[in-house]
Amino acid sequence: MEMKMISFYIDNQPYAVNPGLNLLHACLSLGFNLPYFCWHPALGSVGACRQCAIKQFKDENDKHGKIVMACMTPATEGTRISINDPEAHHFRASVIEWLMMNHPHDCPVCDEGGECHLQDMTVMTGHTYREFRFPKRTFTNQNLGPFVNHEMNRCIECYRCVRFYRDYAGGRDFDVFAAHDHVYFGRHEDGTLESEFSGNLVEVCPTGVFTDKTLKKHYTRKWDLQTAPSVCVHCALGCNTIAGERYSTLRRIRNRFNHEVNGYFLCDRGRYGYEFVNSEKRIRQSLIRRSRDSQPEVASRHSAIEKLGEILAEGSPVIGIGSPRASLEANFALRKLVGPEHFFQGVSERETRLTTLALKILQEGPARAPSLQDVQLADAVFVLGEDVTNVAPMLALALRQSVRREVMTIATRLRIPEWDDAAVREAVQQERGPLFIATTGSTKLDDIARETYRSAPDDLARLGFAVAQALSGDAPKVADLPDDERALANRIAVALKGAERPLVISGVSCGSEALIRAAANVASALCTDDRRAELCFNVPECNSFGLALIGGESINSAFERMVHEPSSVIVLENDLYRRANRAMVDAALDAAKYIIAIDHLENATTRKADLILPAATFAEGDGTFVNNEGRAQRFYQALDPKADIQESWRWLQDPISTIDRGEAEPGSNLDEVDLALASELPVFASILKIAPPANFRIVGQKIPRQPHRYSGRTAMLAQLSVHEPKPPDDPDSPLSFSMEGYEGEPPPSLIPRFWAPGWNSIQSLNKFQSEVGGSLHGGDPGQRLIEAARTGLKFFGEVPHAFERRSNEWLIVPLYHIFGSEELSVLSPGISERLPNLYIALNDHDAARLGVKYGGQVELDLEGSTYSLPVRGRLGIPEGVAGLPVCLRELPFVDLPAWGRIARM
Amino acid sequence: MERPLTKNIRSDGEPPSLKEYEHAGGYEALRRALRELTPQAVTALVKDSNLNGRGGAGFPTGLKWSFVPMGDDAPHPKYLIANADEMEPGTFKDRLLLEGDPHQLIEGMILGAYAIQADVAYIFLRWAYRVAAERLERAIAEAYANNYLGHNICGSGYSLEMYLHVSAGRYMCGEETALLNALEGKRATPRSKPPFPAVSGLWGKPTIVNNVETFCNVPHIVNRGAEWFKSLSHTGEGGTKIYGVSGKVKYPGAWELPLGTTVREILEEHAGGVRDGLKFRGVIPGGASTEFLLEEHLDVKMDFASVQKAGSRLGTGTMIVMDDQTCPVGLVHNLERFFAQESCGWCTPCREGLPWTAKILQAIEEGAGQPIDMQRLMLHTRFLGPGHTFCALAPGAMEPLQSALQYFREDFERHIREKRCPWK
Repeated sequence: MEMKMISFYIDNQPYAVNPGLNLLHACLSLGFNLPYFCWHPALGSVGACRQCAIKQFKDENDKHGKIVMACMTPATEGTRISINDPEAHHFRASVIEWLMMNHPHDCPVCDEGGECHLQDMTVMTGHTYREFRFPKRTFTNQNLGPFVNHEMNRCIECYRCVRFYRDYAGGRDFDVFAAHDHVYFGRHEDGTLESEFSGNLVEVCPTGVFTDKTLKKHYTRKWDLQTAPSVCVHCALGCNTIAGERYSTLRRIRNRFNHEVNGYFLCDRGRYGYEFVNSEKRIRQSLIRRSRDSQPEVASRHSAIEKLGEILAEGSPVIGIGSPRASLEANFALRKLVGPEHFFQGVSERETRLTTLALKILQEGPARAPSLQDVQLADAVFVLGEDVTNVAPMLALALRQSVRREVMTIATRLRIPEWDDAAVREAVQQERGPLFIATTGSTKLDDIARETYRSAPDDLARLGFAVAQALSGDAPKVADLPDDERALANRIAVALKGAERPLVISGVSCGSEALIRAAANVASALCTDDRRAELCFNVPECNSFGLALIGGESINSAFERMVHEPSSVIVLENDLYRRANRAMVDAALDAAKYIIAIDHLENATTRKADLILPAATFAEGDGTFVNNEGRAQRFYQALDPKADIQESWRWLQDPISTIDRGEAEPGSNLDEVDLALASELPVFASILKIAPPANFRIVGQKIPRQPHRYSGRTAMLAQLSVHEPKPPDDPDSPLSFSMEGYEGEPPPSLIPRFWAPGWNSIQSLNKFQSEVGGSLHGGDPGQRLIEAARTGLKFFGEVPHAFERRSNEWLIVPLYHIFGSEELSVLSPGISERLPNLYIALNDHDAARLGVKYGGQVELDLEGSTYSLPVRGRLGIPEGVAGLPVCLRELPFVDLPAWGRIARM
Repeated sequence: MERPLTKNIRSDGEPPSLKEYEHAGGYEALRRALRELTPQAVTALVKDSNLNGRGGAGFPTGLKWSFVPMGDDAPHPKYLIANADEMEPGTFKDRLLLEGDPHQLIEGMILGAYAIQADVAYIFLRWAYRVAAERLERAIAEAYANNYLGHNICGSGYSLEMYLHVSAGRYMCGEETALLNALEGKRATPRSKPPFPAVSGLWGKPTIVNNVETFCNVPHIVNRGAEWFKSLSHTGEGGTKIYGVSGKVKYPGAWELPLGTTVREILEEHAGGVRDGLKFRGVIPGGASTEFLLEEHLDVKMDFASVQKAGSRLGTGTMIVMDDQTCPVGLVHNLERFFAQESCGWCTPCREGLPWTAKILQAIEEGAGQPIDMQRLMLHTRFLGPGHTFCALAPGAMEPLQSALQYFREDFERHIREKRCPWK
């Protein structure tokens, strides 16, 4: 869309910007260093801090002008302002002086130091000397839980925290209290912050009030962190992150801006799930087990590779089981090693089927997979079967913004600019755009839904099919639908049809193929000549779609093969006991000739392995993941791991090269693996465009992982040897393990940290964007591998029958928890603290019929196993249905949905 | 002379009941307007009368009403609010009207609501005005019982609901947009303008907020006309004004006088002048957040334009008199401590700057002042100006300080030099 630029004058020089911006946004986008606090590109302007004061002049003859706040003044054609005006400059310095009145002299001991926006703005305004001689006001702090530290004395009352937490993220248990110079930001009482996005407070807060509590336990100054661009591994959304390490331990995860994906924010699972990298459960050495009954022994790398070679040459077929949490390169290397016909996707039959179907729909259907940014702009949304807040939290955050779209017209009609956030929210009040949520029980997103519908998966699918039927005469009919459900389906259809950017969200969470087919039908029905609908499928893990694009049969097929034909098996980054029931896994592994496990952490599978190879985590290696949008994104090594840890694909390359060439050669690098992958599987052709290759240089220099102020380089290893070691080599990327290298702005996918002169805090990001808040210079990282087909997809038939309760059985459906359902994050101490206890969720009528109160114990007979569980209520779970939390704590894998018996104990 | 606003107020304090108010001519204006005037005609009448807002800002009332979108496409519900949060220090004129003649306010509000076609009206009342609260509740109930409120008022087809809302008690609620936020149950912090309340006010809908005294003038304007209203005043601005005087004068109190009566007349003829043994030193004419006027200004007319020309503001028209035995530093310190405490905490200069000035004044008063303090105080009066802060609280707070530094500079410097308060 062509937007006519407007021109305005700064200190009598003309500049052109896009229309509709406020002056602060415009000046920052033009590169001016205008200080500010309370404005935020994602939160808009409120004009509270008064830091961005500039002079505005009526015309060329007005020599006096008046002070206005840049963030609250629209940049319109012919506006004349001055940033350097002496009075404005003095006023801005006074604002800092006022903030410094009460600000404690904490810098030397404050975690924020070195990346503190207040420090930067103080220097920028030129205020130095303290004249205030009276006592400062102080506060008591609160324990807000394991993620966010609270130090209220440092507060400069910019109100960003409460605006983010309540307005942007919909949180309720955090607010601002009291008045005048005693305003307090916190909870009504100590307690863990309930919002799944609470961790963003540590980046949104411009001072050290809210800081990363997990970082505090192994604190390092920002300038001492070695960082690399990374991707979150805890769900399929693929939020971009920055991993920071020192002394070979991972210290923290911070947001890495990607305008298309996560923008400015992360969820708490992504931010705080990293500590598994430092866990004592890490496999750091190769281990060889002489026999099935003996303990594994530490082996050298050489011995391990030798053993691997022996096993491969032994003669039995070798099966490779891949993983949806391993990189494309790792899965591909395994597939190449064992051969495509011996490579299996390491997920259950059900999940393989559903994920493959979802992928096929996106590749062959007319609906487009949206990015998270696209989701924010959707003006009508239908969620079918996904508890978004728990399975894909950042998607929930995007949906909270999407419901503001349709009703933004209320504000624009009153000529309120969108950035005037308080005025917009006042005008719009509680009005929201259409969001319909159909799930098996209540979800946290329900508070912004126009309507919710809760039932068993088949009934959810029937609702979906009914919506499609209401949208298109060609869609299959749903027979015998109750009137009120038919009416709901019609209301949903009307809302979606009337939207400019309708969005359907579904996924594999319910384990229902019918649900996915129904979602596809709705999306297909919405795609017309002048409008594309968007279709977002949630899949469980960070590379679920990547694995599905590589292909292969399910783990059940692998087990069947293993049981019928004695084989050796290479298990890649996968705990098989999370993919199938115990009996099936035991039978397959017991039948195996040799079991090779390549993984980061001890688990039930590695405990059975004959050869265990230590795999690098995302922080210790390079690779590519494909998110649920079909976006292939690269993560880079941040820390050089100790001992023999290396990328899985490297372990697998060694024997390939050994076999191919008959002698051990140094493993090939990432580029070579990617080249092979792209040529053998053309769907991956674009991954070669994600980032420049390893030999990329800028004016002959690599890109340093360490900031130019990195300290202690020579002292760190002095206790071992006073000779300065050569920095480790990185054959896989243009990044170096050093401070030396190109200091300017690298290509966006290679940005290891955001910094600019005078901007040490995350606000330095402004300098990397063409327009502040918009895409990075050179485009946002990642390559979409899947685009919608122009031709339509035929409607899916096979509408399921309505759910029918059974007299003494319940349909057990899977429930998900942001803290607890995902394998790796539960090893972070902070996250493990927040795991819910085991339970089974029952409708209260069902509980009453069983004679149990909530908290009482029941016995669940499911798929041959018996579980004793306390009963919990879950609003909306229908009668005849019970919910079981997936893989929570010690609950083993169960293939759900499935029928089970429940009896009171 | 005519005293339309206070003619029904009795010395025994009891307000007229609805019947008594009607007997004295009350609600006649409302009945006639509903019968004979269009809403726009009422607005035009108030515009012509040159009635300026009596809350302190002095904005032309009819003009404000004309900003409300009218017609079939206008958003509804529309709101009309009486700002009865009289907390400007030194001000008690609205209290006189609220306790003395509540039906006058109600009739004025219904007329205003009719003019803008409001659906709901609120009286936002200061928490501490308990007596007024009781009397207003009673009066509203009487008005409902007599079909002056509720559905189909006097058979005209116009309906209005009216509620009394007693605030939780902060000065900030006197700022109209903070009042709107407080009424919505939010924190009493102000909103930025634009958008103006007439466009997006209470609950995002068109809203008019006016002062109590402003509304009380409306029935009389409708009854007697714009020309009559203009004739009451000594100036081009229309009507009478309730002036008040506090401080060490012989007869502190409130009087309704023609708008434009001089300071001298109010002070000497009605308040009896300064008490025996004391001499007049200065006066803050319009409540705490206005500049001092001195002896040389005693003949200034107390209307908006004249007082502004003399370097101050009419504000609420209730004067605080300073005698020669009162320490100016102590007086200003008292005021700044009030303003610092009442700051809502939203914007930096007010939230941090006001306590700083209060602490400096305390130090000076206690003999711990330093020479550099004078510059710091001056800088605050410059920097806490309109547009620099988010609302007018801090600029108002600086008015008495700035003029005290101008007129009583020597007194401040004596405190600093002598390291004590010379008045103690």
